[in-house]
Amino acid sequence: MSISNIINKKNILSLVPKLVLVILLLVIINTQMTESVVLGTLEKGLVFSFLALGIFISFRILDIPDLSVDGTFTLGVAVSVMNAYNGSPVRGIILAVIAGAAAGCVTGLLVTKLKVQPILAGIITMTALYSINLKIMSRPNISLWRKDTLFTYFEDSLGEYNKVIVSGIVLIAVSLILFLFLKTQLGMSLRATGDNEFMVRASSINSDTMKILGFALANGLVSLSGAMYAQYSSAGDTNSGTGMLVVGLASIIIGEIFFKKHSILFGILAAIIGATAYRYVLAFAMGLGMDSNYTKLFSAVIVAIAIAVPAVKGYAVDFYKRYILKGKGGDSKC
Amino acid sequence: MLRLENLSVTFNANTVNERKALKNINLKLDSGDFVTVIGSNGSGKSTLMNAVCGSCNIDSGKIFVGGKNITYAKEHRRARYIGRLFQDPLKGTAPNMTIEENLGLAYSRGKKRSLSIGISNRDLKLFREKLAELDIGLEDRMKTPVGLLSGGQRQALTLLMATIVTPKLLLLDEHTAALDPVTADKVMSITEKIVKDNNITTLMITHNVSNALEYGNKTLVLSQGNILAYIEGEERANMSLSKIMELYADSSGDTLTDKMLFQ
Repeated sequence: MSISNIINKKNILSLVPKLVLVILLLVIINTQMTESVVLGTLEKGLVFSFLALGIFISFRILDIPDLSVDGTFTLGVAVSVMNAYNGSPVRGIILAVIAGAAAGCVTGLLVTKLKVQPILAGIITMTALYSINLKIMSRPNISLWRKDTLFTYFEDSLGEYNKVIVSGIVLIAVSLILFLFLKTQLGMSLRATGDNEFMVRASSINSDTMKILGFALANGLVSLSGAMYAQYSSAGDTNSGTGMLVVGLASIIIGEIFFKKHSILFGILAAIIGATAYRYVLAFAMGLGMDSNYTKLFSAVIVAIAIAVPAVKGYAVDFYKRYILKGKGGDSKC
Repeated sequence: MLRLENLSVTFNANTVNERKALKNINLKLDSGDFVTVIGSNGSGKSTLMNAVCGSCNIDSGKIFVGGKNITYAKEHRRARYIGRLFQDPLKGTAPNMTIEENLGLAYSRGKKRSLSIGISNRDLKLFREKLAELDIGLEDRMKTPVGLLSGGQRQALTLLMATIVTPKLLLLDEHTAALDPVTADKVMSITEKIVKDNNITTLMITHNVSNALEYGNKTLVLSQGNILAYIEGEERANMSLSKIMELYADSSGDTLTDKMLFQ
C-alpha cells in the first residue's frame, strides 16, 4: 500500500480543521496567557465539562434540546452555595445532583406524560426554577468568602493545583460511571430511545421511562456543574445559569471537531475536550480585549455558525457550479 | 393464539371526516397459523395491526393474545410477546447503534432492563450464529452501525430482532414493499424459514397477491373495514389470482388497485 493511498485527499481535508484548532490553541496558550490564566482556564474547563456531559445526554443521546438546563445549573449553584455557606460543601454537591435530577424528572414528565413540546417543557421548568432558586438562596447572590468549599479542603496538601486535581478526579469518576452506564442494558435502552423510538417500543422498552431517566441524568450532571462552579468561584448568583444551554452546545460542537466518530467513548471525550477548548478560546478573546459582557454573544455565534456550516457549504457549492463552472459539470456534491 | 372479538376502530369520530376503519372484526388465529392479509388501500389492514400491537386506540371490542386479554395493555407491554416489522426499513432498527447493540436490545425483550452488562460474550456468540443463518454476511460486521446497512439488510436484521426471543405473535406490515424484487424475495424466504423453524403465529400484510397465496396457510381479505373472506384449507389450495379478483368485484364498490393487479 502506497503512502498516497493512506493519506488520500479526503483524510487530509478532514484533518485540516483539527490541525488549525490545535495550532490555534497552542498559539493562544503560548502567546497570550500567563501561567495563572492557563491554569484558571483549565479549572473552568473541567468544571464546565459536567455541563457539556449533561447536554451531551439530552442533546446528542436523547436528541432533544433541553432548555431546563438554564434553570438546573442555577439550582445546582443555589443548593451548593447554601450548604457550603452553612458549613457542609460536600453535602451541597450531593444534594445539588439530586435536586437537578428531580428537576429533570419534572421536564421529563411534562414531555412524556403530559405531551408538552420538549422546548416548551424546558422553558416551563426553567421559569419555575427561577423562583425556586431565589427562594433557596433568599437573595440574588451569596459569597463564600472565608467559608470551606470542596476545594479549600485540599488547599494545604495540593497547593495551587488543588482545583484542577479535585475537579479532575471528580470528572474522571463521573465520566467513567457514565461510560459504563451507557454500556449497560438500561444505558443501551436510553441511547436507542433517542435513536429510534418506534424500535424501542417494539422491543418492549417503555420509551417514556427512558426519556424521564435521560432528562434526570442530564439535569443531574448540569446541576453538578453548577454546584462545582459555585464552590470553585466561592460565590453563587441566581443569574449564573443564563445561556448555559448554548454554552454547553458550543462545547459539544467544538469537541466534535476533534472526534467525528459517533461512539459513546468519543462522545464523552468530545464533551470534555470541547468544554475545555471553549474556555481557552474564550480566554483568548478576552485577552485580546473582548468585553466580558460579550461572552454569551460569543457562544451564541459559535453555535449558530457551527450549525449553519453545512447549509452555507451547500450554497457555496451551488454558487461555484453556477457562476464559476458555468454548468460545465464537475462532481455533484449533495 | 390471537383472538379478536367485535373489534371496531373509528378515526376522527364525531367529525365530518369520521371514518370507520374497522367494523366489528372477529378473527381467530390458531397457534402456528401464518395468515396473509390483503386488501386495497384504506381497507383497514394496517389499522388491524396497529390495533393489535397497541399503537392505535380502539372504540370497542377485545383483543386476546395467547388467551390473555391485552385490550388495554400499553404498547411496550404488548411488545413482550408481539414481534413487529414495519414497511419502512428505517423504523425497525436504531441507526447509530451497532448491529450487536441492536440485537442486544432485542434480546432483552420482555425482561427488565437492569444495570447488568449490555451484551455478554455468550450473547455475542449467539448473535453471530443467528446472523450467519441469515446468510447475508452480517456476521462479520457486528460492530457496524446499522445506519450503514442497506434497506434489505436492515429489514432482515429487524426480522431477526423481532424473533430472537420467540414471540407469541409476529406482525409483518408489508415488510418487503420498500425493497427491490430480488431483495424482497430473499427477505421473504428468510421470513418463511424463521417462522417455520420457530412455529410462530404470524400475520402478514402484503400488497402482492401472489405472495399472499404462496406463503402461509390462511389468507384474510379485507375490504372497507370488513372481513371479505377468510380463506383456508382446500378452498385456498384451489384459489387463483383471478378468483381473488372476482371476490373483490363482488364486494361493494371496492376495486383492486393497479398496484395489486400488475404485481
